[in-house]
Amino acid sequence: MNEKRELIHSQIWEEVAAPDNPFAAAACYCSGYDVYGDLLGKASWVEYLYLLFKRERPSSAEARLLEGLAVAIANPGPRDHSIRAAMCAGVGGSTAASSLMAALAVGAGQLNGAREVALAMASWQECGKNLMAWQERLQHLPQEERADVWLSLEHPPGFDPHGASCATPVQQTLAFLVKNSPGETLPWLQTHRLELEAAANSPLAMTGVAAAAMIDLDFNMQQSEMLYLLLRLPGAAAHALEQQAYGWRRYPFFSHGLELSDELQG
Amino acid sequence: MGAWFPGERVVFRGKDLFKELKDLPWMGLLLYGITGRIPNGKQIRLFDGIWTLCTSYPDPRLWNNRVAALAGTTRSTAALALSAGNAVSEASIYGRRPDIRAIDFLLRVKCQLEAGAEIEEIVIKELKKYKIIPGYGRPITRKDERIEPLLSLAEEIDFSHGPYVKLAFMIEETLLQGRRRLHMNIAALAAALAADQGLSCREYYHYSILSFSAGMLPCYVEAVRKPEGVFFPLSCDRIQYKGKPRRVW
Repeated sequence: MNEKRELIHSQIWEEVAAPDNPFAAAACYCSGYDVYGDLLGKASWVEYLYLLFKRERPSSAEARLLEGLAVAIANPGPRDHSIRAAMCAGVGGSTAASSLMAALAVGAGQLNGAREVALAMASWQECGKNLMAWQERLQHLPQEERADVWLSLEHPPGFDPHGASCATPVQQTLAFLVKNSPGETLPWLQTHRLELEAAANSPLAMTGVAAAAMIDLDFNMQQSEMLYLLLRLPGAAAHALEQQAYGWRRYPFFSHGLELSDELQG
Repeated sequence: MGAWFPGERVVFRGKDLFKELKDLPWMGLLLYGITGRIPNGKQIRLFDGIWTLCTSYPDPRLWNNRVAALAGTTRSTAALALSAGNAVSEASIYGRRPDIRAIDFLLRVKCQLEAGAEIEEIVIKELKKYKIIPGYGRPITRKDERIEPLLSLAEEIDFSHGPYVKLAFMIEETLLQGRRRLHMNIAALAAALAADQGLSCREYYHYSILSFSAGMLPCYVEAVRKPEGVFFPLSCDRIQYKGKPRRVW
């Protein structure tokens, strides 16, 4: 039987087999760069990350912007929902992977999550730097006619529905990234932040800043969703480990936080 | 929705778990948790039957099952295998997206028909707008082998003639007359049966989430029984690289 050999197709990765083992690589090339023979020790983590996603080296300005974003979102802190999910795993002695899976699941959503970043980018793609288009979109959120595994939008993506004013860390991140951006999106966002916030009736959120940064880095929505998930994991891991060490007795159980609204009916 | 009173009792959607719900099979409890309605025996049989007949093929070539098998071959835990496999099952070309879209389509079509629209017109409009009709057409084979056994079960418990099942077949009839001759697949029939039992779009989606689990565990178990790392091994030359030429950093 002449069965066609099934292959993995890739524009990212190439391997040269070791002479003594076809299952071991003697050399690995990432977009043409010899990873262990050349790139290692020369490329920074952020440059390598960029290379993996874009298959090209970043310019120094792009690398600085991605690095700044990565630091800004690496740890949203232990009150953040995704970090709390990781800590719930840690405190109960769950596996390390489950901590990160919990953080990914919770941090994937439309509130402060990776999906929100992707949806905010859709707004950038739709409205660009047209303030009137933004105002229209922020006041009339697009809704999908068909049902989906994702729920309907409840707030303008990129803005904080519970915020009173734009949080200082969000403003500081925006200001830093503007200074380091090779693009025009972040500066435009900074210039028009107040008008956009007025239209959204809520302050700019970190997801909105991240979305603008991703546009300036020329990442597409899918790449940005992945990167946002990935770049927020360091804090989740660290906080899960910390709470594991503290133990469940020192972690909030919300003993008096539950009010049963449908008590026994019978 | 519920609470645990340590050492005393558990309230589950307004009912005492140990007194009022103690005789429910797990499928009954699952459905009650989702809908707030206690299903009757025939409904439990139907929803159990959908899972048994239609959702759990223990074939490690299937992408979600392959995740479970890969977790087995790398000696990860079974819970991680199943969690990841189920998360992966929320896919676009199979699993949860076709599920929710299939029931959503049936519910929307029924509303439109009741408002006076014609079925051909609805189907053509949907196809034009979205290029696919969820629950119709199948990428690998035309015939869906699950339809016959599920219909037999539905007939046995007298659920095979509900309005949504009839509608699902009407849509198939319309699509078979079209250029693309699309046959119904199991997503439409299962969704129709669920809609006939009063499940909403999201209730049906929630019910479906764990449905592939039973097929994943055999894939995991089999991989664990074999030596580490031997599940579908790939040699270096199985990567066909078509990227940038070699260069220096």
